[in-house]
Amino acid sequence: MKKHLVSASDLTKEDAVLVLDTAKELATISDRPVKKLPTLRGRTVVNLFFEDSTRTRISFEAASKRLSADVINFSAKGSSVSKGESLKDTAQTLQSMGADAVVIRHGSSGAPHLLATRNWIDAVVINAGDGTHEHPTQALLDAYTIRKHLRKNEGDLSGIKVAIVGDILHSRVARSNAILLKTLGATPIMVAPPTLLPVGIENWNGEYSYNLDDVLPKVDAVMMLRVQQERMNDAYFPTAREYSRNFGLNAQRLKRMQEHALVLHPGPMNRGMEITAEVADSKNSVVIEQVANGVSVRMAVLYLLLGGSNSEMGENSL
Amino acid sequence: MKILLKNGSLKGEKNVDLLIENDKIIKIGPAKSITDVNAEVIDLSGLIILPGLVDLHTHLREPGREDAETIATGSAAAARGGFTAVHAMANTLPVADTAGVVEQVWNLGKNVGLVDVYPIGAVTVGLKGEKLAELSAMADSNARVRIFSDDGFCVSDPVLMRRALEYVKAFDGVIAQHAQDPRLTQNAQMNESELSGKLGLIGWPAIAEEAIVARDVLLTEHVKSKLHICHASTAGTVEILRWAKDKKVNVTAEVTPHHLFLNQTSCESYNANFKVNPPLRTNKDVEELRKALAQGIIDVVATDHAPHPIEDKEGEWQSAAFGMTGLETALSVVATAMIDTKLMNWADIARVMSERPAEIGQLADHGRPIAENEIANLCIVDPEMTWKVDAQDTHSLSTNNPFHEMTLKSKVVHTIFRGKLTMKNGQVKK
Repeated sequence: MKKHLVSASDLTKEDAVLVLDTAKELATISDRPVKKLPTLRGRTVVNLFFEDSTRTRISFEAASKRLSADVINFSAKGSSVSKGESLKDTAQTLQSMGADAVVIRHGSSGAPHLLATRNWIDAVVINAGDGTHEHPTQALLDAYTIRKHLRKNEGDLSGIKVAIVGDILHSRVARSNAILLKTLGATPIMVAPPTLLPVGIENWNGEYSYNLDDVLPKVDAVMMLRVQQERMNDAYFPTAREYSRNFGLNAQRLKRMQEHALVLHPGPMNRGMEITAEVADSKNSVVIEQVANGVSVRMAVLYLLLGGSNSEMGENSL
Repeated sequence: MKILLKNGSLKGEKNVDLLIENDKIIKIGPAKSITDVNAEVIDLSGLIILPGLVDLHTHLREPGREDAETIATGSAAAARGGFTAVHAMANTLPVADTAGVVEQVWNLGKNVGLVDVYPIGAVTVGLKGEKLAELSAMADSNARVRIFSDDGFCVSDPVLMRRALEYVKAFDGVIAQHAQDPRLTQNAQMNESELSGKLGLIGWPAIAEEAIVARDVLLTEHVKSKLHICHASTAGTVEILRWAKDKKVNVTAEVTPHHLFLNQTSCESYNANFKVNPPLRTNKDVEELRKALAQGIIDVVATDHAPHPIEDKEGEWQSAAFGMTGLETALSVVATAMIDTKLMNWADIARVMSERPAEIGQLADHGRPIAENEIANLCIVDPEMTWKVDAQDTHSLSTNNPFHEMTLKSKVVHTIFRGKLTMKNGQVKK
């Protein structure tokens, strides 16, 4: 594997399957009374969050702690960053404190890339979401969830069709998923009104559509993205109701999906906007499980990037 | 004081000797025909003599941002690049929107004395696009302003643009438009394309430039004025310019060295030294811009030299400043893009980097024929030298040169400004 995880495209198919397999083994820890492995004892993981994201931060924090790493949470709010400290200065501060891994969430696309390539730090860089660019661990946890249900938790995702629905234009989750699903042999189908699809979508890996109803019957999973009501003000769509009518997942639409089809959502959900409460809480929904899988997948990423190996893990833990 | 240039190739055509006394060329003859024991003799064997280069688009940052560039450091960078005249853009602090500020810039340039610094006046007060600046006062000032531009911002209000075009007719001025529809480019970061989608950077669509160029060409035709298009960057703009020139609309256009040489794939590095406005475009745009320059659809090359301190360039892409330095590398970049590819010859380079820019700026002493009794503004080039750009090796105060570590062919070796060597063998004098 590459040293850093900045983009889903940093992972080969073998790498991605290795992460999922490792996550599968690590998931068993979560079922034990003592949810902890000594693997990363003495290593320091910094959660460097320039944007608020409680969910992603606590997921990484739980993952690091279960591997016995020391966790430092660096939140940009109220820190010197808001007083104009540069990314470089922050990075060098972390370097001086001996960070082994930096998990970065940043509002600017490409910030993790800079951290990984500018020689400011030696630490492993893990992208926890940058601007409207990528969010690779989210894609990994989505793939893990799909694989668990539809491929018996083994191998790749060949032959699986996944609809990704909503604000593709501004979604880092959609970008990482489009790349990773393709890597794993699945077919992503981007579904959105034309205003919320990026220019050049026709050249992306995979398919796209403006019509959710056409797509739903043929997919094995549907991933609903959060749509911010503010988009309305920029004329991406006329009203929230019209968006919801055309692209919201409700009970009638769920009925037209295949029996085995999964409903995913990276959270937080806008119930009543892109997804109804009924669907969110239906038997097809794996939204809650995604959260648990997120911890396992992030454990696997930290474990593999901080120099673990399968055999070593076997001795330590299972 | 006399300088005797021996055996240089006049615009790549024939070899000559050339004798300069005070600020004038006093004698030109066949190679090895002139001797003068009182002159400083410089052997130009293998070198090309061009008229001193003229830049229509330079950000010298003074007054206001002397941490990025001063008129002194910018002039030194210009001399090193073979320039004898530059036009200082109006987006300083305070903005060059009054006779006072343009005269200050003009005087500072004269005191430095390495190149002629011609201020460009703002079109609107404070570049705000709300009301016209005192254009006539700037035109009548000692700085004798003829080009007006809100560069950095587009004069997007069509009524204001129309009035500006009409108003400058009184003193034969020209409006240089930074063509960028502001609504189509809110928070835009790079060329809108499949790549901008992939990188998660907000797109700056080609249409945002082309829509303004088309509108302004029509306005210019309607009010019978003169328009200059700054930094044309798209194939679509070239099409509109071709149409306008067919119709004999009084429009000229410039292209930057970077838009002739680099494309949007550089943005993949998230290295903000490649962040520029208008953004780097596609390979097809680069090809069309090169062809248009060779055909005269685009009239001139202008650097858009835009120095920025390191702290404005080394951080995240979105928070970084737009712009690239370019005075010192311009000639080499253009020669590599246009001569190495056989699209142009050295006489063409003289046309697009000296003669036409001087005509557009209405400069009496620049871009003139290299002939007896003309002012000696000259740029001497080694056409065979290949060299690797080092952004740190610069007379500019800033190092945001996008050509860092790239290999270019040809280099300016001497610059003569009003009969004085401002650069000799790569060393700027002063």
